[in-house]
Amino acid sequence: MAAAAAGAGSGPWAAQEKQFPPALLSFFIYNPRFGPREGQEENKILFYHPNEVEKNEKIRNVGLCEAIVQFTRTFSPSKPAKSLHTQKNRQFFNEPEENFWMVMVVRNPIIEKQSKDGKPVIEYQEEELLDKVYSSVLRQCYSMYKLFNGTFLKAMEDGGVKLLKERLEKFFHRYLQTLHLQSCDLLDIFGGISFFPLDKMTYLKIQSFINRMEESLNIVKYTAFLYNDQLIWSGLEQDDMRILYKYLTTSLFPRHIEPELAGRDSPIRAEMPGNLQHYGRFLTGPLNLNDPDAKCRFPKIFVNTDDTYEELHLIVYKAMSAAVCFMIDGGSEKEPQFKFIYFNHMNLAEKSTVHMRKTPSVSLTSVHPDLMKILGDINSDFTRVDEDEEIIVKAMSDYWVVGKKSDRRELYVILNQKNANLIEVNEEVKKLCATQFNNIFFLD
Amino acid sequence: MGEEDYYLELCERPVQFEKANPVNCVFFDEANKQVFAVRSGGATGVVVKGPDDRNPISFRMDDKGEVKCIKFSLENKILAVQRTSKTVDFCNFIPDNSQLEYTQECKTKNANILGFCWTSSTEIVFITDQGIEFYQVLPEKRSLKLLKSHNLNVNWYMYCPESAVILLSTTVLENVLQPFHFRAGTMSKLPKFEIELPAAPKSTKPSLSERDIAMATMFKRFSCLSLPSSWDYRYGQLYVLFLRHHSRTSNSTGAEVVLYHLPREGACKKMHILKLNRTGKFALNVVDNLVVVHHQDTETSVIFDIKLRGEFDGSVTFHHPVLPARSIQPYQIPITGPAAVTSQSPVPCKLYSSSWIVFQPDIIISASQGYLWNLQVKLEPIVNLLPDKGRLMDFLLQRKECKMVILSVCSQMLSESDRASLPVIATVFDKLNHEYKKYLDAEQSYAMAVEAGQSRSSPLLKRPVRTQAVLDQSDVYTHVLSAFVEKKEMPHKFVIAVLMEYIRSLNQFQIAVQHYLHELVIKTLVQHNLFYMLHQFLQYHVLSDSKPLACLLLSLESFYPPAHQLSLDMLKRLSTANDEIVEVLLSKHQVLAALRFIRGIGGHDNISARKFLDAAKQTEDNMLFYTIFRFFEQRNQRLRGSPNFTPGEHCEEHVAFFKQIFGDQALMRPTTF
Repeated sequence: MAAAAAGAGSGPWAAQEKQFPPALLSFFIYNPRFGPREGQEENKILFYHPNEVEKNEKIRNVGLCEAIVQFTRTFSPSKPAKSLHTQKNRQFFNEPEENFWMVMVVRNPIIEKQSKDGKPVIEYQEEELLDKVYSSVLRQCYSMYKLFNGTFLKAMEDGGVKLLKERLEKFFHRYLQTLHLQSCDLLDIFGGISFFPLDKMTYLKIQSFINRMEESLNIVKYTAFLYNDQLIWSGLEQDDMRILYKYLTTSLFPRHIEPELAGRDSPIRAEMPGNLQHYGRFLTGPLNLNDPDAKCRFPKIFVNTDDTYEELHLIVYKAMSAAVCFMIDGGSEKEPQFKFIYFNHMNLAEKSTVHMRKTPSVSLTSVHPDLMKILGDINSDFTRVDEDEEIIVKAMSDYWVVGKKSDRRELYVILNQKNANLIEVNEEVKKLCATQFNNIFFLD
Repeated sequence: MGEEDYYLELCERPVQFEKANPVNCVFFDEANKQVFAVRSGGATGVVVKGPDDRNPISFRMDDKGEVKCIKFSLENKILAVQRTSKTVDFCNFIPDNSQLEYTQECKTKNANILGFCWTSSTEIVFITDQGIEFYQVLPEKRSLKLLKSHNLNVNWYMYCPESAVILLSTTVLENVLQPFHFRAGTMSKLPKFEIELPAAPKSTKPSLSERDIAMATMFKRFSCLSLPSSWDYRYGQLYVLFLRHHSRTSNSTGAEVVLYHLPREGACKKMHILKLNRTGKFALNVVDNLVVVHHQDTETSVIFDIKLRGEFDGSVTFHHPVLPARSIQPYQIPITGPAAVTSQSPVPCKLYSSSWIVFQPDIIISASQGYLWNLQVKLEPIVNLLPDKGRLMDFLLQRKECKMVILSVCSQMLSESDRASLPVIATVFDKLNHEYKKYLDAEQSYAMAVEAGQSRSSPLLKRPVRTQAVLDQSDVYTHVLSAFVEKKEMPHKFVIAVLMEYIRSLNQFQIAVQHYLHELVIKTLVQHNLFYMLHQFLQYHVLSDSKPLACLLLSLESFYPPAHQLSLDMLKRLSTANDEIVEVLLSKHQVLAALRFIRGIGGHDNISARKFLDAAKQTEDNMLFYTIFRFFEQRNQRLRGSPNFTPGEHCEEHVAFFKQIFGDQALMRPTTF
């Protein structure tokens, strides 16, 4: 990097010598278990950047990494190769979850010189990159993914390879653009947290504020308090805070400061009447507190993935230099264990918790299309007979679908319950009827 | 109404005296709080009973006519009896003094004596309808000496023995009050003041009745460091209480009590108005700095605390009753003497009887039944009657016997069923610590004054009295917090928040937090595996450095490895724990680090060689042992001129070990020449 800086200057040499910093060549994630046989190699690849690369080349590159790891494992079973040095680039390997491999290929910095005959000569700086720095960057990529998406395994459990691939694509497509590989250094190895120096009394008052706030808003499970981008208090455990801190200080805060510096999006908001001098606002969360219908956007985060595996919503409020992160229990907004559609032929009343939004253009459902198809099938069964009846279907994975027809009313319930048996499912539906439709007469 | 609802009660052991009847006259002396039962003008006996002395004084005196007033001087030295409107008779009760009566006639011609008051054991004031006369009694000479007198027309008078102030009612409307203060042979006239009389129908002449006025001292302070001459500080604040039956303002119909503050210097000022919101017959008492207003019609009483926040209109503060009106707790007349044996059921006592006479501050007398009670405030029932915890604390902290009640309130607000919110808990802690800090400050300035040698020059310098309102950390720890953290059903988040709130409050009042509170926090955090939280608290020095804390952290190392670093940092900051640091390092087999540390602070000449050699040997690292051994050889050489160890160092075993490993020739040779 020192060389890069020097190259930027002007001078007699500058015209002849061009410098190129290290750059991301490719980044891919694979699981060797997903395509163990010949001809299925493509299945191993879960994510590949850049996507434009031809399929066979992708397969070749993944195969090469697999081979290197496998080969080095014979020498050191517990610690296979972490990186591979070549003249042009360096590859870094990381296995964050069992059999899930992440590989990052970084091009070595280049100096382009003018030879005497005027032709450019390219010289790769093979020894410039530090293994530890970029290995850490790669590990951080995983931590960041995990913070917002949970573990790979969780995605597999939730929706198989398909869902995992979707999540990886969605996350890394954007995240890789923010890597700034040329400016990584020792601090990336540490991944430390900068603490704000504070006297005891002020610290205790902040403690008191957080405790009172958490007591009165019991949906807030954890709180973090920052000042000037430095941490004062974290209710999260250290490892989770470390990556959240990274996200806040390198992504969320800068993103909101830039428009402010540019004069746009002034933090003094007109929609807070009588509060013109109030500089506080939500960086994530509601845009306007007075409007209950206002868009409310905040990321989901996953913490304590090793044991309790908690899903939280991250709401960040910033006032002047102080920022508070409210981590709200995802459970309160968690997908309920069941979803239902209810329809009454007598008054055409309908109710659905399956559909999230229904506009003329889109109909967005929160369940798998296969399940929707089953609902349709049950409905056709109901139309065929006049008697009241109940149909229980065991769908793929953990889903049960229950259709209930009672005196011209129809109720469809989708239950997501692991290892439930027929009796338990029946009980659940009864419970649902008792809570959601307790003033309706349902025939058993 | 359950028993737990009554907040006023009559004392359990009243002073009992012979009922008033045609042959037995009963008198009460407010100064000594004594009841005199005078039978047949004294000829068949006088029995005097006070609240404290269980042994009554009995004597006889000749019946020289109807007794109008009878009082002992302070300490029961001299008895004064008024039988005529011109004279007062005296009788010495001092051993070795003549017990023959002597008489003093009032000096002012044609004046009638309204009464008299003793202001000390030998000083007496005659109040006549034409002024007052201040005398010194000379018991050995059996005569009186006039010290001072003052002429003015007097309608009636009132005496407050606690502050030695006599109030005289003057003018036609009787509503101009002239106070006099007496102290050690001096009489001083204080500025007079006028009581505003309520508007009355034109037909009746308005006037101020003696019955509607009371005097009481409240809020006696205990630290006498500042304003040593101030009467306010020595006797409490003197208030004149005026019961105004009809409010001057037309929009309010109820009666009210107006409190005039009578300072030692300066004019009397109207300060507080207590809104009674009812009319009828009232009586006033002052108990535990509370104004108690009894209402005969409803047979209930209300209490007012003028220290609690009221509505201030710019000059006067308006107060409402602290609690809903309640009757005094039903009282059973105790059966004493032979009657008790015959297992009679106790007789319920008629409360708020029209034969009750009320005296300040807290005395209720039933002359017809022959009882004198002290009125008392019960604090426990109030806890449930006052839901606002902040106000409850303000109230309780002003009471004499408040400690255990406050502690139980604290325990209650942290209990599962009655759990208060954190802001309320914080308010309560802040109020406790405010009181605690005031005491600590007084204690500290006393200590400084003593150190500066002021104690001899200023007799007023007294050690501050610790009232029950001072609840220190050990009280709160012992009675509240230690039991609270043990409760398994409490969410740990709440437990930690409460502990932090208490520590926050202590810090806010700049009170040094005791180690056991920190230990409680650590214990709770460790129990719930909240090590990162603990780490952050230590990082911001919320848990103050101390050796016990450092040792506690060391013991946590196996659960939380960073505790070792935290502990060593803390020991270093303490700067008095170098020995501990060495021990910690040695226990971790960091022998060289320990040696370097002790050399760095210049303590390496005094350390035990054996200790370091032991530790080095335990590492089973021969080179390390060699290095350490060599270091001590060099030290021996430097200190004693020879590398050999002295027998007192008990290192023979290590020398042998060294020889065994490295050979005899490896031992350092003396470089004496």
